Amino acid sequence: MDSVVLLRPVPDPVEELELNDDGDDLDRDYLGYVLNEFDDHALEEALLLKEKGGGTVTVFGIGSADEMEQILYAALAKGADEAFKLGDQLEHMSVASQAELVISALQDRSYDLILTGVQASDELDGQLGVWVAAKLGLPHVSVVVGVTGSAGSVKVTKEFWGGITADYEVRPPAVLGIQAAEQAPRYVAVSLIRQAQQEGSLTQLDLEAPSDSSGVRITAVRLPETGGGAEMITGDESEAAERIIEIIRGAGV
Amino acid sequence: MSDVFVITEHLQGILTETSFELLAMARGIAGSGKVTAGLVGSGVGDLASQLGGADAIVVVDDPAFEVFNPEGHARVFAALVDESQAPVVLVPYTSMGMDVASDLAARSGMPLVSFCTSVGAEGALGATCRLYAGKIEADIEVDGERAIFAVLAGSTPAEQGRSGGAAIVETVSSPVDAGSLSVTCLGVTLPAGGDVDITSQDVLVVVGRGIESKDNIEEAQELADALGGAVAASRPIIDQGWLPKSRQVGKSGLTVKPKVYLTLGVSGAPEHIEGMKDAGTIISVNTDPQAPIFGVAHYGWVGDIFDILPELVEKLEAG
Amino acid sequence: MSSSLLVAAREGVAGRETFLNFGSGETLAFYLLALLATLIFFSGFLFRIRKYARGRRRKFDWRRLGPAVAEIASQRTVAKRDRAVGLAHFFVFWGFIVLLAATATIAIDDDVIKRFLGRPDLQFWKGAFYQGYSLIVDVFGIGFIAGLIYLGRRRRKPPAKLGYERVDRAKGTYDRSGYAIDDRMFLRVLLVIAISGFLLEGFRIAATDFPDFEIFSIGGWVVALGASLVGTDWAETIRIVLWWAHAGASLAFIAFIPYSKAMHMAIDIVNLAVTDPDSARSLPPPAPTPSLERPLAFFTWKELLDFDACTKCGRCHEACPARATGAPLSPRDLILDLRELADANAGIDLWYGPGADPRDSTGEIVGGYITTETLWACTTCMACVEACPVGIEHVSLIVQMRRRLVETGEVEPGLQTAFQSLARAGNSFGKSAKQRPRWTRELDFEIKDVRTEPVDYLWFLGDHASFDPRAAEVSAAVARLLERAGVDFGILYEAERNSGNDVRRAGEEGLFEMLKEQNLTALESASYQQIVTTDPHSLNTLRYEYGLENAVIHYTELLDRLVAEGHFGPGSITGVATYHDPCYLGRYQEEFDAPRRLISATGLQLIEMGRCRENSFCCGAGGGRIWMDDSGLDERPSENRIREAVALGNEVGYFVVACPKDMVMYSDAVKTTGHEGRLQVVDIAQLLERSLMEVSVG
Repeated sequence: MDSVVLLRPVPDPVEELELNDDGDDLDRDYLGYVLNEFDDHALEEALLLKEKGGGTVTVFGIGSADEMEQILYAALAKGADEAFKLGDQLEHMSVASQAELVISALQDRSYDLILTGVQASDELDGQLGVWVAAKLGLPHVSVVVGVTGSAGSVKVTKEFWGGITADYEVRPPAVLGIQAAEQAPRYVAVSLIRQAQQEGSLTQLDLEAPSDSSGVRITAVRLPETGGGAEMITGDESEAAERIIEIIRGAGV
Repeated sequence: MSDVFVITEHLQGILTETSFELLAMARGIAGSGKVTAGLVGSGVGDLASQLGGADAIVVVDDPAFEVFNPEGHARVFAALVDESQAPVVLVPYTSMGMDVASDLAARSGMPLVSFCTSVGAEGALGATCRLYAGKIEADIEVDGERAIFAVLAGSTPAEQGRSGGAAIVETVSSPVDAGSLSVTCLGVTLPAGGDVDITSQDVLVVVGRGIESKDNIEEAQELADALGGAVAASRPIIDQGWLPKSRQVGKSGLTVKPKVYLTLGVSGAPEHIEGMKDAGTIISVNTDPQAPIFGVAHYGWVGDIFDILPELVEKLEAG
Repeated sequence: MSSSLLVAAREGVAGRETFLNFGSGETLAFYLLALLATLIFFSGFLFRIRKYARGRRRKFDWRRLGPAVAEIASQRTVAKRDRAVGLAHFFVFWGFIVLLAATATIAIDDDVIKRFLGRPDLQFWKGAFYQGYSLIVDVFGIGFIAGLIYLGRRRRKPPAKLGYERVDRAKGTYDRSGYAIDDRMFLRVLLVIAISGFLLEGFRIAATDFPDFEIFSIGGWVVALGASLVGTDWAETIRIVLWWAHAGASLAFIAFIPYSKAMHMAIDIVNLAVTDPDSARSLPPPAPTPSLERPLAFFTWKELLDFDACTKCGRCHEACPARATGAPLSPRDLILDLRELADANAGIDLWYGPGADPRDSTGEIVGGYITTETLWACTTCMACVEACPVGIEHVSLIVQMRRRLVETGEVEPGLQTAFQSLARAGNSFGKSAKQRPRWTRELDFEIKDVRTEPVDYLWFLGDHASFDPRAAEVSAAVARLLERAGVDFGILYEAERNSGNDVRRAGEEGLFEMLKEQNLTALESASYQQIVTTDPHSLNTLRYEYGLENAVIHYTELLDRLVAEGHFGPGSITGVATYHDPCYLGRYQEEFDAPRRLISATGLQLIEMGRCRENSFCCGAGGGRIWMDDSGLDERPSENRIREAVALGNEVGYFVVACPKDMVMYSDAVKTTGHEGRLQVVDIAQLLERSLMEVSVG
């Protein structure tokens, strides 16, 4: 099975986010990026499929973050066969534009599956995987927690909620939005990443930059209100119990 | 005053809470405009009767769509939305909605806004949404007259969506030939019976070292029962073998995001906080006013858990 | 201890003939047997040396020879923490050396000078020399026997550490009865040689009618008094039989050495001389990728020698905190497993090796033959290395194998999370690097930023002291103390990274290198006189692995200095405390006294736990264990330790620590063991600050 995995760096979730002076975006000057965690699972799933049934894993790195090369070298060190940088010249793109870019990079390339993370924290105008599928007219399944099968037929498990799942048979080529790989993404030693870096097998794809077709604009951003420490309830246990029940009811339960 | 098309979802014969939330939201947006609910499934007549919050319901009743089909449902909804021409389309940002919203946008050319918590159609179309895992709130403007909004669960109270009279139900034949689909459902799997899944609970009553003994956990269980939730615990309780590992919240346990997280005698070690900090409303009871749990809790009460536990159970059972 | 014969006696000169009353056939028979034994001996060692030659190169330090000779001669490493065994072994060791030298003397006198050179006129083994020789040999011979008897009797009711029960495998899935036979055989053969020697000497003296000068053979003389009862003729007959028994046992023993526990006599002397006592402190560079064709090339020759050096004394087994708390690791079993593997690969075996082992010794060693669970269990506390009397380097060996696990991606889940966080943000807490100095917010003064201002002391905190709330309280106390004493100090703020000590010991060499580069770059930008660390683990790595050596001290050393300079007056806290030596401050840096002086300075009375100083018991956090799951243990090492402190008695109210990881581990352990109200876990700096407050209030 030949897989293409779409990898996107997102702002590091452990970082405190700061806003720019215009108040319409993050202050990105000092922002650290990491691989979108769901994409990491997508890569893991692709590697598992390759290990079980053969084939290749190709990774596309989408975006302009400085961390992109590290992310792609790590993917190569983990066992990806080829790595391509896409849209390196573009500041953060809409998902619609990312999809355009991916589709041009996929031209003349044969594949059975396109895997990517089910979502990313900055996907304002939809999910990349489904966008790519719909534009290419391919079937898609999102929130996938298991993939088995061969190039002719793929069986996937989609998770709904409350632990309920459904199994689907999907005729490739298809696009899968991965929620979780069958095992946690593997660790790759820093020394192996450095080794991949020395071998330097990244390819930069110079594709025509798509114009933003999303039709969606951010006009203002702000930090949501969060409580600074607990509001302390006063009174004896009876009063406190009443207040707590009130709070619980107010929380929509 | 825009017409709104709401995509509803159901599983195992039950409409989701989010479907009703979206109907409520749609009513707010539409005002005197028309709210149309789209319902796709097999034998869903009974479900349609629950959707009184809408003015009209378009139903596609086809055995091929008994279980949600990512490809099929997306294509059917695309056809229904196209037919309706409503300027605002609301899709739940859920496991099902994720397969529908972007597909719809790509096929229809309508702009899509994800992670919405509110949608406005006064003047220009727009929304408020939560980006970067909820860390940033953004105001969004949309170009054009029509748009799709993928709305986060819990954005609007569902009550209003449940009320309402009898909607006009229009059943149409499937615009999609099921035989042409590349995705076929093989079956649904329910979670294995056994222990409670604390990650899917709305309410968790969480006990820490302050619970003192295994016997006292029963009292916490009574409270959880009264609240329709489950009992979870911090590591020391699991280590003592008082509760199974499946109930552990925190670094080496599970990460939970219930609506209500009520802690009893949990001091709030960093490892614990890691697993629960994103819970909706955190209420903590501890004898130590300096306990770090109060740093992350929304509400706190300093006192003995054994004083307040019976009070809580009694008051809940009484009213 | 050849036997002897007495021709010279008749001439009035003290001495004896080695082959008294032997025909040339018998003498020839002896020499043929001796030749055979020698051949077996050398071929056995040749096999072993060829095995070592399959290992990788490793340098050794000639300067180690002096201390090694002193250690071997004094038997200090054997006597450590077990004086009785040490003394017995001392007698056996020196007895054996003297008896070996005695035999060599005869060989030189008889075989070389007389037979080979043909110069009987130059023979010296006679007269006064012979008498002195006899006395020395007999005295040491008696000590030799006494030592052997003590050691043999000890094995009748052996301490647990001498048992071969494994912690990592179910009973019945392994058989190590052969080792027990090997142990007993070794002692018994030596005893047979020694006793037959004395009997032989006695019957010889009786057969030669008690020549006066033989009174110097004190042991033999006593035996002779009894032997004389059978009459001279019978005594001579018995002497011949004993001669062959003694010679036969000795020759058999020589042949037996390279195939038995006896090999430790030769190997351990070499091992002690070539051991690197700092290999755990400053880890060696990574081993190459192991190959299934040449598995032994993964190890250095010294590691292969280590495997053979083990005497199965069980001291590491006893000291190991992983073993003590139910983890599947015993340093002894690890070494023995690897010996069995190496021997199987080299095609040699002990006469009494362990029984059949169902494991595949031809597959992967790391993660296969030696399981991942075993390798991840180690806390790198170095208790095994410290306890080992023969210079085996367990810690660096385990780290080498862990490196292989990391390379193949077999990383324990908790460890993986930590590695990823460390690679991303330089700390294991999953926090943004910017949050590192956040703990300083609660101070009412500003700490200097060493990146912009020169200072006397650059304070390197480490992750826990910066990010863990409990340890950060200690950091605040340290800061206030330094400020109060007017110390010119500063921190690196967000430029500090995890020092990488635990990362390196968990086997992630590349990540360690990365962190080290980042820290060294930050340190280069700063101007300071000395570095002071809160974390003993960082102290070790900065000293030994960043090459900063004496430029780095621990905060207890700095506080101790400040107390000595009179910055902090004597405190008057009343109560009794016990102190836990952090592995990386005590065993690793050999700093035992500064923390104790500080405790005394607070006014507290200090009571020691049984396991203290070099023998301190690990809290279980080192070597990356703090990031790994510890729920599978019978009890946590920290809980084991708290129970030890509680057992000291009710008056002990303070459990004093000097390491941020200890603060975290023991704060938890007092709770999980239910001793929270009873025992207070407190850092030395907090105590010191408290003592000052009490003084200023009072």
